[in-house]
Amino acid sequence: MENTLLKLEQINTHIEQFHILHNIDFEVQPGEVTVLLGRNGAGKTTTLRTIMGLNSATNGTVQFKGEDITKLPPYHIAKRGIGYVPEDQGIFYDLSVGENMRVGMRQEDDATKERMDWVLDLFPDLKKFWKKPGGQLSGGQKQMLSIARSYVNDNDLLLIDEPSKGLAPVVVEKVIESIEKMKEKTTVVLVEQNFYMASRLGDRFYILDDGITVHHGDMEQLREDEELKRKYLGIA
Amino acid sequence: MIKKIQRSTWIYLAVAFLLVLLPFFKDERWFLFLMIQVFTFGIFAMSYDLLLGYTGIISFGHAMFFGIGAYSVGIILDRMEASYTSLLIGILVAALLGGLVSFIAGILTLKLKNHFYAMLTLALASMFLFIAEKWRSVTHGSDGFTFRLPELPGPLEDHRNITIYMFCLVMMVLIFFGLRRLTESPLGKILVAIRENEGRVESLGFRIMPYKVIISVISGVVASFAGVLYAISIRFVGTNVFAIDVTLDALLMTIIGGVGTLVGPIIGAGIIEFAHHYLSSLADVHWIFERWIILFGIVYILAVIFFPAGIVGTIKAKLHKRKHRKIEAKQQNADKMAS
Ligand SMILES: Nc1ncnc2c1ncn2[C@@H]1O[C@H](COP(=O)(O)OP(=O)(O)OP(=O)(O)O)[C@@H](O)[C@H]1O
Ligand SMILES: [Mg+2]
Repeated sequence: MENTLLKLEQINTHIEQFHILHNIDFEVQPGEVTVLLGRNGAGKTTTLRTIMGLNSATNGTVQFKGEDITKLPPYHIAKRGIGYVPEDQGIFYDLSVGENMRVGMRQEDDATKERMDWVLDLFPDLKKFWKKPGGQLSGGQKQMLSIARSYVNDNDLLLIDEPSKGLAPVVVEKVIESIEKMKEKTTVVLVEQNFYMASRLGDRFYILDDGITVHHGDMEQLREDEELKRKYLGIA
Repeated sequence: MIKKIQRSTWIYLAVAFLLVLLPFFKDERWFLFLMIQVFTFGIFAMSYDLLLGYTGIISFGHAMFFGIGAYSVGIILDRMEASYTSLLIGILVAALLGGLVSFIAGILTLKLKNHFYAMLTLALASMFLFIAEKWRSVTHGSDGFTFRLPELPGPLEDHRNITIYMFCLVMMVLIFFGLRRLTESPLGKILVAIRENEGRVESLGFRIMPYKVIISVISGVVASFAGVLYAISIRFVGTNVFAIDVTLDALLMTIIGGVGTLVGPIIGAGIIEFAHHYLSSLADVHWIFERWIILFGIVYILAVIFFPAGIVGTIKAKLHKRKHRKIEAKQQNADKMAS
């Protein structure tokens, strides 16, 4: 497809001497939520970090909006319009919620302010804790702050790593609802082990296993394929 | 937020005002001299805190900037006539050299892991110490040299020590407010973020290196100015300004007072300078106390045990907790009312 937003071709990534990703092919279509599934240690986080330039690919290419970004440093990749919500949320503990939001702002134009207002309506809790240090937030609050922050910049693509991790079911529901709303405005790559969440949000899926893409297709397909779910996701 | 800033500003100004009055009540030479040391080292320690506390950069050779400042102003006043023009040139040269050296050190190493900066500054400091010892025709070698200061106008000349006291105090206060402003600006927040997690800041779209170099340069210039004040206050420059002890003092002052607080290092400077003064008499008790470095070790260990966040850090944490307990209580009340 020619308007593919993000395209990984034959990506190989090493961390030190370990060969983690093997010939990963991965495509993201604009306006969709693409879910990356797979068991612990499958290489999901490494894939996102490779896209972000935080791990460098030893082989293969990453294209974003038609441009080769494989060798760019992370700050250039971010400026091209990719927002990253890491697994550990990446909240700055010594900065307040407000400062965490603002430190990520690359511009201060009207559009940014508009997005800021929108996202604060989506997560009203953040307004309540505006002056609280990031380190004192609960896990769920940190997650929301991290997601909200990635949305403030004019990004075309958000990479979100396991937002449901360690959260109570009610909070997971809240995170799902917020990503559902953001999905109308931006494209999302979602790493998720929680199949319920993945299936609620996903349009397309990829399954990674041992650093290899073993399956991909429409989410619809995966919902019905009990065999696949059992084999790679451990869902009976 | 604005209210809080104003309140702390009033407190700082009140303390500064008391310090202005102090010499009118206690004007012994040794005391004024000690306070001047507190002010100059307070400035120096703040410049160290800018690196360590706000950006997470470790320097083992910060004394180098102190020494550059002291030697710049000393040599120029030694070689040129003791006029205000010379003094001004000395200060400018000190700032320029301090900025230049820190810029070069920053460019060379700040792209790499933090300890490269620490090692390079250490090496550079040893190099400057070597030059100060060997380039005798200019630096008078390890004997050091005294120099003359320009005459002060009329009555001020009669109270030279008080005048220098006031000048250093005003400089410390101005630099403190300037740096506080810097650390509270968006730039300052990015620095704190860099200290916490560089990769995260980069993936938000910021290049780290320029921020680190900028802060290294600001810190170098401020430290060099502290060296200028130090040299002026004792009208003497010797190789000891490049010694590792100077760096260790700044480190200790920052840690005792509170890393990343700016006002902490000033308090730390007060404690260390007075401790220096009073504890040196312990040398009569036992020879082991002749070495400041041993006391340094003891004070350091005590500080880390009893004030892991430094004096100011500990106080701040306490205040913070109280404030949040209040906010949370309010919140709970509101929730109760609602339900
Ligand atoms: N810094 C590192 N050094 C060495 N090996 C690493 C490092 N980081 C990750 N790995 C290895 O890379 C593999 C993939 O890790 P990755 O974090 O990408 O998995 P994941 O799919 O995100 O797992 P999880 O679901 O547990 O988050 C794992 O086998 C892991 O041990
Ligand atoms: Mg992971």
